[in-house]
Amino acid sequence: MKPWGSPEQAGVGALPPNFSERPGDMTEPPVFDRIRTLVSGHDVVLFMKGDRHMPRCGFSNTVVQVLDVTGVDFVDVDVLADDEIREGIKAFTDWPTIPQLYVKGEFVGGCDIVREMYQTGELRDLLAQKGVPHAA
Amino acid sequence: MPMLAHDLEALIRESFPDAEIEIQDLAGDGDHYRAIIRSEAFAGKSRVAQHQAVYAALKGRMGGELHALALDTGPK
Repeated sequence: MKPWGSPEQAGVGALPPNFSERPGDMTEPPVFDRIRTLVSGHDVVLFMKGDRHMPRCGFSNTVVQVLDVTGVDFVDVDVLADDEIREGIKAFTDWPTIPQLYVKGEFVGGCDIVREMYQTGELRDLLAQKGVPHAA
Repeated sequence: MPMLAHDLEALIRESFPDAEIEIQDLAGDGDHYRAIIRSEAFAGKSRVAQHQAVYAALKGRMGGELHALALDTGPK
């Protein structure tokens, strides 16, 4: 397992191939509905490489550890197992990298931000403020 | 395709002319960097908005030719 994962092929605002053929068409990719259902259906959702038990990227692993230490229940979505989600989540969030953490349907951040928020105590504050159960 | 630290700094400076920028090559492979950026442009913005502004400055390279860029952003 490579500690850093593998390079992404697409960057900011990656869209499905058929999207660029219709400039000006405001129809969003169908995967957005799937993502919306995921992030609104669970308090805490982590889009990551690999799963919580076997993260396949150091950045994803860091966020899993932060969430475990914080004692918060979360749903892990392995983007390596779903190409549509893998590209769709980047466009949905307007964020070019994985992992991505959502709390109560709202994007919180990637690895750097989540780690920083954990260190400053802001992550616990956010969970408390949103009414998400976690260890004291 | 790795990216030179110098090119990375130049790209960021294009969008944040006032910034204090420090680029650290974490793995020595031109592919894993940390950028410490202090700019007045970040004042009053959330961390997510600050990082999004940096990603926008990188014009799509993040996640592509630039695999790993840890960001430490904030106002001066």
